[in-house]
Amino acid sequence: MIKIENVRKSFGQLEVLKGIDLTVEKGEVLTIIGGSGSGKSTLLTCINGLEPIDAGRITVDGTVVHDKSTDLNKLRRKLGIVFQQFNAFPHLTVLENVMLAPRKVLKQSRAEAEAMAIKQLGHVGLGDKVDVYPSRLSGGQQQRMAIARALAMSPGYMLFDEVTSALDPQLVGEVLDTLRLLASEGMTMICVTHEMKFAREVSDRVAFFHKGVMAEIAPPEKLFGAPEDPELQKFLAATH
Amino acid sequence: MFNYTFQWNQALARLPQMLDGALVTMQIAILSMAIGVLLAILLTGCRLSGIRVLQGFAVTWVEIARNTPALFQIYMAHFGVASFGIHFSPFTSLLIGITFNNAGYLAENFRGALKAISDTQSRAGRSLGMTPVQAFRYIVLPQMLRIAYLPMTNQMVWAILMTSLGVTVGMNSDLYGVTQDLNALTFRTFELFAIAAVIFYVITKVIGLGARLLATRLFRY
Ligand SMILES: Nc1ncnc2c1ncn2[C@@H]1O[C@H](COP(=O)(O)OP(=O)(O)O)[C@@H](O)[C@H]1O
Ligand SMILES: [Mg+2]
Repeated sequence: MIKIENVRKSFGQLEVLKGIDLTVEKGEVLTIIGGSGSGKSTLLTCINGLEPIDAGRITVDGTVVHDKSTDLNKLRRKLGIVFQQFNAFPHLTVLENVMLAPRKVLKQSRAEAEAMAIKQLGHVGLGDKVDVYPSRLSGGQQQRMAIARALAMSPGYMLFDEVTSALDPQLVGEVLDTLRLLASEGMTMICVTHEMKFAREVSDRVAFFHKGVMAEIAPPEKLFGAPEDPELQKFLAATH
Repeated sequence: MFNYTFQWNQALARLPQMLDGALVTMQIAILSMAIGVLLAILLTGCRLSGIRVLQGFAVTWVEIARNTPALFQIYMAHFGVASFGIHFSPFTSLLIGITFNNAGYLAENFRGALKAISDTQSRAGRSLGMTPVQAFRYIVLPQMLRIAYLPMTNQMVWAILMTSLGVTVGMNSDLYGVTQDLNALTFRTFELFAIAAVIFYVITKVIGLGARLLATRLFRY
């Protein structure tokens, strides 16, 4: 369970998160929608401790993320995160990209890491690309590789930050299909996305962020069908 | 006026000695590069560490290496430290001086190379649970070395040429030192130094070619 309690975060004068309260249960798929600059990415990077917070508390399976005694490197093994930029490691083949962290962080044997990498690459539909360098992959393939790379760490949670936003429109579908697959397998996921149709389909709950505040959270039928927050109504009207 | 008679045979008879010297020159250059690259990586680590003392140390090193004559650096490694009772052989002093210079220049090249690598690369590594050092070692460093590969090759050529400064600290077993001693012995000045120049030229060309061949093996992406 990821528990976010009254989290505040500023960059200099700018308060980006203004007291966020949110709990994500095991097995849940939560999507976060909202305008650009509303603090969605910041929240994800706070959850895995890449960013410090100013107030409040985030716990992952009971571990307080921003506690001094928390081993963040260890915590991050539980939290797979995939960003908008693909972040393929260009000097490594697809297989090596996926094997790197299991080898160096989890200290797996080569055989063990390779078996896991091949399994996860098959999972995201890249079984035939293992020996290729990322520069040979399309954006959609690179993004699926990044997903496989995160999955190879056997994380308990997956965080996706607008993973289709940097893709050509015709490549969005294959990545969303991968996310749908993970959701159907019961992976606990937080997806920041602009794909409303996707959000409606896969989410257990959808949260709407506006200017650092979680303005509304509800199951998709409710949030898209009968939005209450005026800003959400405006946002939905603009995106349709 | 122009009454110098060339006597190439006399000079060429000394070629074996000069080639022995060339081996010493290459030995110094290779050692000074190997150690220089490692030190430059450490200096780069110091700069990235965010720790003031380490950053200051690295910056000072780089500034001195790049903004003072290499001759001065080699001199200091010999006569400079001798003032404090530390006595190195000419070989060691020359090696230290060139290594110091290499490390400084390479560290600066590395800094430039790092600018071409997005922060999101090491962030991706950190997100996978790597420590900052692991992310640097396995993700940033290999990319950095590739970007800095050509400047590294140039520095290797410089290292070869810098060995000629060894004579100022009494070095006489390298190519330049051997040539100078032979000159004092035979006075075939032009011939000897012309041959030495050709050997220097061939060595640096071979290094350039070898580096390019190695690159095709090292960098497949
Ligand atoms: N590292 C940073 N330094 C300063 N400001 C930042 C930084 N990261 C994000 N911001 C600012 O915080 C606000 C929220 O950013 P972000 O969380 O990326 O929004 P979203 O993902 O919802 O578009 C934006 O105004 C952005 O400019
Ligand atoms: Mg964002």
